[in-house]
This record gives sequence, structure tokens and C-alpha cells, in this order.
Amino acid sequence: MPSPLFYIFAILMLAGGVCVVSLKNPVSSAMGMILSFVGIAALLIGLNAYFVGTLQVLVYAGAIMVLFIFIIMLLDLKKEENKTTKYSTIAAGVFVPLLFVLIMVPVLNSVDKDFTKLDLKAAEASLPDTISKYDEEAGTKDSKIRTSLKAGTLPDVNLIGQSLFTEYNFPLQVVGVLLLVSTVGCVALSKKLHGGSAPATDTRMAKTLAKSEDIPKVLPRD
Amino acid sequence: MPTASLTEYLFFSGLLFAIGLSGVIIRRNIIVIFMCLELMLAAASLTLVAFTRANTGDTNLPDYDGQMLVFFIITVAAAEVAVGLAIIVALYRARKTTSTDDLTALKN
Repeated sequence: MPSPLFYIFAILMLAGGVCVVSLKNPVSSAMGMILSFVGIAALLIGLNAYFVGTLQVLVYAGAIMVLFIFIIMLLDLKKEENKTTKYSTIAAGVFVPLLFVLIMVPVLNSVDKDFTKLDLKAAEASLPDTISKYDEEAGTKDSKIRTSLKAGTLPDVNLIGQSLFTEYNFPLQVVGVLLLVSTVGCVALSKKLHGGSAPATDTRMAKTLAKSEDIPKVLPRD
Repeated sequence: MPTASLTEYLFFSGLLFAIGLSGVIIRRNIIVIFMCLELMLAAASLTLVAFTRANTGDTNLPDYDGQMLVFFIITVAAAEVAVGLAIIVALYRARKTTSTDDLTALKN
């Protein structure tokens, strides 16, 4: 019987997910999403992934969800709440994920692995020599990773930083370029197209236009 | 008290993925669909981290390659959300709706 904390946070995570899908108001969905992300972050921390867990709270629950809620508030989606979903859509939405879960069950029966306790002293001994080590003759001191491992704590951030700036240095720089491109893309997308607002300003008019054949009229002119 | 096994972590993250998938199919609001996609992405990262913790290997440390992948997934997801929401705002500006029922310009 695993720790009850695991089940508490796993159920918190799933409950948040169900809230996202079932609640009509998009703001409530976003709140359920935050709940779910907090549950995931707790599970990640339970897996000794402290850095990724913190990142999950900071980036997902902090930055991304704030962006979502900001856009939901900005677009004023209240008037679209009272739409009913087709019965067939709900049936498909239950059936397809259920199939996925059914496929998953036999796969999980074949996985049988318990987590081994981390032996940090042995981990320190097996670290590569490139990580600075205490040596009286050469005058080198133990690196932060080695001192933490000797003290019996997992230097999660240091180890991630170590591989991020050595092994994964090139992908890191590529991600930097990607972030720059997405920033520029956002600015370009949010720029008002010249000629003021789009032709269709009324919701009903936009809907009728979207249904009719002459679609180009609805798109903003450039 | 023993920790949960790898199977349980995989099962719960698989369930979260399934919930996200059902949201993508059921919901009609494009922003909520986008949120459900993010949920599926987060469930996949949880699976990856569970595997990194299980594969301690010779070093007796978690396999940090998987956590690096999660790090990059989170970064790319942040960039993706920024661009995606900008596209949704541009779409709303042009069509005054975020319902996928009304966004059928590519149909026919």
C-alpha cells in the first residue's frame, strides 16, 4: 500500500482534469486546470524530480494559465456557454478515451517495476571525473554535486544544470531561438491589420457570413 | 511507507491523458480544447519523469535525459501557448467567435 499522499494528489490531478472537461464556464475550466497542474507537480516532486515539479508550478500553473485566463476574460466568452453538445459527440468523447484506457490496462500488467531507493553515496562514487573532485595535490575542491551527494541530498538542479550546459547545450540554444521566433510571431499575429477593425463586427452577422459561401469577405483584408 | 510503483504512476498519467483526449473531442470552445491539449502534454511529461525515476541504472541517480526532455517540452509548450493564443485572438477578431461549430471555413 503506497503512501496516501500519492493517492491524494493523483485524485486531485484527475479531479482537476474532469473539471476542465465538464464545467461549462471557461474560467472554471481554467481553475480546474490549475488544480490538475498542482497535483501533477506534487506527483513529480514525489518522483524526486524537484526541479521539474517546481517548473510545472512556475511555468504551467503560473505563466501559461495566467495567459489562458487573460485571453478568456479578454474575449468575453460568457454568451457561448449555453450551447448544448450533441449526444453523439459525448458518446465519441467517452468511447475513444475508454478504448485508450482499455489498451493501456494489458500494457500496464506487463510493467512490473518498483522504484529502487536512490543510493546517493554510490552515485557519488560513480560520477564521471569531469565533475570536479577533491584532490589535495591538484588543489581542486569537491563540486556542489559531490558535496550534496555526500551529505545525502539529491542535487537535482545542479545535475540538470550540468547536463543542460554540457550534453544538451546545442538544444538549449535552439530552444532560445524558438522562444525568440515565437515572441516575434506573437507580435506579428497581434498586430492590427491596417484598415482598422475586421469587416464583421456583429456576432450574428459573423455567424451568417461564416455559414455562407463567400468566406473571403469575413477575413480581414490585407 | 513504500512509494507507489511505476505502474501506478503510468496508470494515473494515462487516465489524465484519456481525460484530456475526451475534452478535445467533446468540447466546442477552441480555448478549452487548447487547454485539454496542454493537459495531455502534462500527462505525457509525468510519464516521462516516472520512467526517469525507474531507470536509475548504474549511476544510482534518476536518468536525467528524460528530465531534460520534459524541460524542453515545458519550454516548447510555453512558446506554443503564446503563439496559439495569439492565433485564437486573431481568429476571434476576424470571426467574433471561438466555437469550433462556427469555424468551418476549411470545410468543403
